[in-house]
Amino acid sequence: MSAAGTPVLEVRGVTKAFGEREVLRGVDLTVSEHEAIALIGASGSGKSTLLRCIDLLEEIDDGDVFLDGEVITDPAVEPVAVRRRLGLVFQAFNLFPHLTVLENVVLGEMRAQKVSRAEAEEHGRALLRRFGLEGRERDRPDDLSGGQQQRVAIARAFAGRPRALLLDEVTSALDPELVGEVLHAIRDLKTAGMTMVIATHEMGFAREVADEVAFLHDGTIVESGSPDRVLTEPEREETRRFLARLLESGRI
Amino acid sequence: MTGTAVISDRRLARQAAKRRRQRRGQAIAAISSIVVLGGLAVWILTSPGWPSVRETFFSWSEFRNAFPEVLGGFWLDVKVFVIVEIAVLIVGLVVALVRTSAGPALFPIRLIATVYTDLIRGVPTLLLVYLIGFGIPALRLTGLPTEPVVLGGIALGLSYSAYVAEVYRAGIASIHRGQRDAALAVGLTEAQALRHVILPQAVRRVAPPLLNDFLALQKDVVLISILGPQEAFRIAQIIQGENFNYTPLIAAALLFLIITVPLARLVDRLGGQTGAIR
Repeated sequence: MSAAGTPVLEVRGVTKAFGEREVLRGVDLTVSEHEAIALIGASGSGKSTLLRCIDLLEEIDDGDVFLDGEVITDPAVEPVAVRRRLGLVFQAFNLFPHLTVLENVVLGEMRAQKVSRAEAEEHGRALLRRFGLEGRERDRPDDLSGGQQQRVAIARAFAGRPRALLLDEVTSALDPELVGEVLHAIRDLKTAGMTMVIATHEMGFAREVADEVAFLHDGTIVESGSPDRVLTEPEREETRRFLARLLESGRI
Repeated sequence: MTGTAVISDRRLARQAAKRRRQRRGQAIAAISSIVVLGGLAVWILTSPGWPSVRETFFSWSEFRNAFPEVLGGFWLDVKVFVIVEIAVLIVGLVVALVRTSAGPALFPIRLIATVYTDLIRGVPTLLLVYLIGFGIPALRLTGLPTEPVVLGGIALGLSYSAYVAEVYRAGIASIHRGQRDAALAVGLTEAQALRHVILPQAVRRVAPPLLNDFLALQKDVVLISILGPQEAFRIAQIIQGENFNYTPLIAAALLFLIITVPLARLVDRLGGQTGAIR
C-alpha cells in the first residue's frame, strides 16, 4: 500500500490546548508499517489526547499528522474519510448498548463502507471467532464481562480493515483477572502484522509486544527507543522517576 | 458434619419468621385499606348533600340516556388525539434536532426553534387554542384552514411539540459523549452517528416522560371544545345544560379514564423497569 520506507503514521510538532491548558506541546512520533509503539506516561500526560488528535476526534492547534504520507490534519481534509482508515479502541469500551455484539462490529462496515449486510456479518462473525467470542453474537454488551466487551471493541475497530489501530489504555478499566484475555487479543494482532499505537500502563506488556516505547511527559515525547533500553536504562531523569513511581506502586 | 442439621433448623426458623412477617403485613394492609376507604365512603355517603349529589351526578337513567351521544363525541377526541400525537412526535423531534444541531447555516432556524419552545411553553394551552382558533380565521387568508377542529388540533400540536421537543433534547443530551466518539471512530458521519447510535438510545431513555406527555395530551383534547366542535365534553355539557344534571360529565370522564389509565400503568411499568436496571 505505501511505498517502502514511508511510515504509516507520522506525527510532527503537534500541539493541542484545551483553553489555557496545553496538553500537547510539540509531539513527534513515527510509526512504520507492522510496527507497534507503546505510548507510556503518567495519567494526564496527553496519551489519550494524542490518540484522539490522530483519529481527528480533536482538532489540533499546530503541527501535522500524516497517514501513508498524506497530511490528514489539513482543514480541507474530510475527517470521516480519514477515520475510516484508522481504528480506535477506547479505555471505557464505548460499545453501543442498544445493539447486539455482532451489530456493534458490523455497524461501521455497513454504514460507512457500504458493505452488504451479509458480507459484513460474515466478516464480523469471523472476527468475533478470532477474538474468542463465538456464540456471543446476539448478546447485548451489558451481558458481557469487561474483558469480553473490550474484545468486542477491538473487533469493531479492526472490522473496517484499518491501516493502523490506536489503543487507548484498553486494559485500564478492567478487573486484573480480565486483563490477560485483552492483551492476548492485541498480541494476536501484532503477530498478524497490524500497525499499532498502544497507550498503556502495562509495562510488562509494552516490553513484550512493542517494537518501540515512547515516553510522553508534560506534552512532549521526552524519550523513545527499544523497550529494553527505555524501561531498564532510561536516559532521562523524568523517565527514571516515572518508572520508579510505577515500581513503588507495584505496577511493574 | 453435625453442622448441616443445625443450619437447617436455623433456616427453617428464619423462613417461618419471614412468613409470619408477610402475613402480618398483608393483614395490616387489608385493615388499613378498609378503615381509610370505608371511612371516606361513610364520610361522603352520610354528608347532608349526598342524596341530591347522587341524583345530579350519578343518575343511572341520565347516564344511559347521555352515554351514546357522549361516546359519539368521544370518537372525535380519539381521532384528534391520534393525529395530533403523531404530528407532535415528528415535529417535536425535528425541533429537538434543530436545537441540538451545530452548523452555522442553521443558526436562524435554531433561533426560531429556541424562541418557539420558550414562547409556547410560557403560554397557557387554553389561550393558545383561543388565539389560533379565532385569530387564524380572522386573517381571512386563503389556503389557511378555518375548520375549528383543525385549528384546535394545530394549537394543541404546537403546544405539545414544544414540550416533547424538550424531552427529546434532554434524551439526546443524556447520551454519553463516548457514544458519539465511538460512532465517528468507526467511520460514521455526524448524521449517521445521530441516526444509528444516539437517537435510538435517547428515544428509549425518554419513553416514560414522552408517554406522560401523551397522557396529558389525551385529556387536553377537550380544550378544542371552546372552539365549538362536538366532542365528548362539549356534548356532555350541552346535555347537562338541557337536563340540569351533571351525570353526562361523569360519563365523559369515564370514557377518558378508559384510555388514560392503561397508558398511566404502562408509564409506571416502564419507569419502574429503568429504575430497576440502572
